[in-house]
Amino acid sequence: MTLDEIMEATEAQMLLEPPFDINLLSACASDLMSDVLLFTKPNMLLITGLTNPQAIRTCDMAEAPAVVFVRGKYPPRETLELADEMGIAVLLSPYTMFETAGLLYKAGLKGIGKLPIIRQQR
Amino acid sequence: MKREFSFLGFTGRGGALSKIHELVREMKVARVMTSSFYSLAPTATMKELEDLLREHRISGAPVVVNDKLVGIVSIEDLIHALERQELDAPVADFMTSEELILARAQEPVMEALRRFEQTGIGRMPVVNGQGKLVGIITRGDITMALLHALQDLYTEAEQIQDRAQFFFDALESEATSLQLRYTVEKGNFARGGDASAKIKRALLRIGASPQLSRRVAIATYEAEMNLIIHTDAGGLILADIQPAEITVVAQDSGPGIPDVELARQPGYSTATSAIREMGFGAGMGLTNIDRCTDSMSLWSVEGVGTRLQMVFKVTPAETGESERDCEAT
Repeated sequence: MTLDEIMEATEAQMLLEPPFDINLLSACASDLMSDVLLFTKPNMLLITGLTNPQAIRTCDMAEAPAVVFVRGKYPPRETLELADEMGIAVLLSPYTMFETAGLLYKAGLKGIGKLPIIRQQR
Repeated sequence: MKREFSFLGFTGRGGALSKIHELVREMKVARVMTSSFYSLAPTATMKELEDLLREHRISGAPVVVNDKLVGIVSIEDLIHALERQELDAPVADFMTSEELILARAQEPVMEALRRFEQTGIGRMPVVNGQGKLVGIITRGDITMALLHALQDLYTEAEQIQDRAQFFFDALESEATSLQLRYTVEKGNFARGGDASAKIKRALLRIGASPQLSRRVAIATYEAEMNLIIHTDAGGLILADIQPAEITVVAQDSGPGIPDVELARQPGYSTATSAIREMGFGAGMGLTNIDRCTDSMSLWSVEGVGTRLQMVFKVTPAETGESERDCEAT
């Protein structure tokens, strides 16, 4: 899925353009970066409400070429600077994480499928 | 074909790719355009235009008054003049002077390329901030400039690899390794990931495959965030890179983990809600590290410190498909 298609599906605006044309194969929606890193696949879109620079770091580590910040959140300057330096595209969606993800799923963007259920101990 | 040197036995391309990024994004029209060009005054005749086009084998020319661009006149305009047998008329009668399609000297080449594609034209006059004509740009200029820049990049990459080869060849030892060392400050979230990103770039530079660089980066990033979040006074990250194996150690001097087995359970976390708000503390860090490494060992004593050792095997590129990746399976 191209960024244009993502913008159309979610009424998102592009805050930072990618240096290359990119084609996203899957997406992951989370505010917890370790969860993202666990699910990561190349050419994945990150959908998150976390607007601090760690979201961009996570994209860089995971080779996710684009991030959508949800519910109309505008990222701080240091996040944008890092995204520019790392060449990661930044989009802003006016919808919540749930709705942004839902709209993209409906438009045909895949997730990563089923994962085994792990018993979590607290 | 010349075998490209790489310390890790693979050919890394990450570095060159990010340079192409830079190149395409940052190259300005001024660097690519031709700054010697032929122009005409509006009072020149169409006959003079014909001579100019024929003599220099060009298909159009800008029209200027005191260095300012006032129009463009092309071979099509000349044909109109020939049809009407008005070769003695001034260029001003035939030139296009409104809605000129221009390039600006300081805009990126990509913008100019986009305009070429949208309009289908073959050349654009280039003006500076004051509207003064400073050059001409064609699609061919852009292609040539990019090809030349790519050639330079390639030569530069070859030189770096030659130097690296020389460097490692000159060293005699039973096992040569490259050691990288980074200090990680407690609580410095702004710089979180800095060390991991640097290790990743270094690996790509010396020829690691993207998959290998990625799993080292992800595991190291988790370890780096642990040092930032959980330690008393930060810690150290040490990477030891050998041709067959990469070892990354993250160590600190306290507070130590009371129950290592419990800490390794997926989802177990002692992070505060403030940490969670920053996107961490999911309790998946060590699980992630385990996935990305070929082996890991975690040693910790309360009041003494913690040492996490992560080992990554360098597998041959030929078996790239079976190479482990930090992906959900």
